Amino acid sequence: MNWVTRVRNAIPFIAKRETAETLWHKCKGCQAMIFLKEFEENQSVCPKCDHHGRIGPAERFAALFDDDSYDVLKPPVVGEDPLKFKDTKRYIDRIKAARLATGEQDAMMSARGEINGQPVVVSVQDFAFMGGSMGMAVGEAFIDAVKAAIRAKCPYIIFTAAGGARMQEGILSLMQMPRSTVAIQMLHDAGLPYIVVLTDPTTGGVTASYAMLGDVQIAEPGALIGFAGQRVIEQTIREKLPEGFQRAEYLLEHGMIDMVTHRHELRGVLSQLVGYLAPEKKAA
Amino acid sequence: MMVYLEFEKPVAALEARIIELQDAARESDVDVSAEIGKLRAKADKQLKDTYANLTAWQKTQVARHPERPHFKHFIASIFEDFMPLAGDRAFGDDQAIIGGLARLNGRRVMVIGHEKGDDTQSRLRHNFGMGKPEGYRKAIRLMELADRFGIPVVSLVDTSGAFPGIQAEERGQAEAIARSTEKCLALGVPMIACIVGEGGSGGAVALAAADRVLMFEYAVYSVISPEGCASILWRTGDKAADAAQAMKMTADDLKALRIIDRIVKEPMGGAHRDHALAAASLAKAIDEEIAALSAFSSKELLQQRRAKFLAMGA
Repeated sequence: MNWVTRVRNAIPFIAKRETAETLWHKCKGCQAMIFLKEFEENQSVCPKCDHHGRIGPAERFAALFDDDSYDVLKPPVVGEDPLKFKDTKRYIDRIKAARLATGEQDAMMSARGEINGQPVVVSVQDFAFMGGSMGMAVGEAFIDAVKAAIRAKCPYIIFTAAGGARMQEGILSLMQMPRSTVAIQMLHDAGLPYIVVLTDPTTGGVTASYAMLGDVQIAEPGALIGFAGQRVIEQTIREKLPEGFQRAEYLLEHGMIDMVTHRHELRGVLSQLVGYLAPEKKAA
Repeated sequence: MMVYLEFEKPVAALEARIIELQDAARESDVDVSAEIGKLRAKADKQLKDTYANLTAWQKTQVARHPERPHFKHFIASIFEDFMPLAGDRAFGDDQAIIGGLARLNGRRVMVIGHEKGDDTQSRLRHNFGMGKPEGYRKAIRLMELADRFGIPVVSLVDTSGAFPGIQAEERGQAEAIARSTEKCLALGVPMIACIVGEGGSGGAVALAAADRVLMFEYAVYSVISPEGCASILWRTGDKAADAAQAMKMTADDLKALRIIDRIVKEPMGGAHRDHALAAASLAKAIDEEIAALSAFSSKELLQQRRAKFLAMGA
């Protein structure tokens, strides 16, 4: 579902229409026109070229947990718009618009459930919500999810997707880098695994903190992953960037991640990994 | 010849007049000392008034002043017996982030910081203070060394940000920054971070997740440069002054938000006007903070540091 459809569906007094837009999806990889239903049933992976489309928390949770059964953690309550930030628009209005468009509170959602009978806590960052950007709400959601994993003595898995820090929260967004790092150290102290799945795109302060600190680092095919944005790099070095630069496969080649895993294989790989790393139950 | 910033023009005019008079006096017998004294007082007042009302964007320019004291100046003036230590043991030695063992008032410290350089040649050599992965990995190595031998860590942060380049990305710039931040938060020894000039984004925080974060009066610390913020949110770099104001990046703002712990006073008219005085006040602040922290055990330090960051912006 694209954001226009989401907004439309979120507004009760506009009738849902069946148009070319709601029936067909144009693949961003191969430009092929695919039945939207077929595309979504394929976990938003293009059946023709395997391009992995961006998906949100609901789709992730549905694809990951046993029997589509899971408990969504309550979104954290944080101070909104701490700096009373205004650029061409007020930040508070941008947040409201994002909430209306996505139906979510902020850019990260977490849930507790099981993968092949193994308990896990999973967080998903939603690029559709202000570019997945990391502010106080995302940092707090991350910490809450870590605490939930520690209470349940189970692994924590995160699907990252973000342009970076949320500029409208200024230094408070930057401070989510050390904050989330402290949370990861709490997982280490509790002897629990922290597994990162990098999805398209993961850049900036998110990559330079919790997205690169996993015990195991997985990436989806073709995902853009990096510290600096491509435009910034081009402007700095005044060179064209090499083909495939900052893509998942490029990171694998350079030793930055453990594996690139197709979305259809993710549940199996995560299940196996959790089996290896989750605390073993002592024989009675 | 001193470099004046745009908003210092009235001061520049007065100080130019003083120099003119001094030159004239040398060539004649006319006594102009009274006149010079009056002008000096006027210039001082002008400077004081200007600096009492700097905007966030003006402070950004002071923080980036070409004559502002850097790592090298502080090493030379406040630390004794500096012994530089090089390399990340994996790839190379970054000149944008340097460090080594030193003494501060006789006390052992590991000092690590960004160096921007102060002329074309040295700026190129130090990559304008923009660290690469090997720089952050060297910092990690030096922090580990300090931790093992019970030596407090002092960082001097002064960077527009970590280097955005192809090779830096290839070698894991993001991971290096993340690990450096993680190392700060794992130390069992006191760590004092000092934002001495620009604290630019992740490249700064990687050396600033410390027990005490000190900041010079006219230093700035932010998630992105005002220019970068303006070009993304306002879609024009011309709005940098607005972005600087909106982001709350000055020492006063950050103290109020409880992100930093202490503001270190600068000499009248900024640190660039008197390196020695700036260094002395920094040395005093660092020394006091280390002394206060040495009362705590490794475990206490670690717990307090983590609790402090967990509570931030919550």
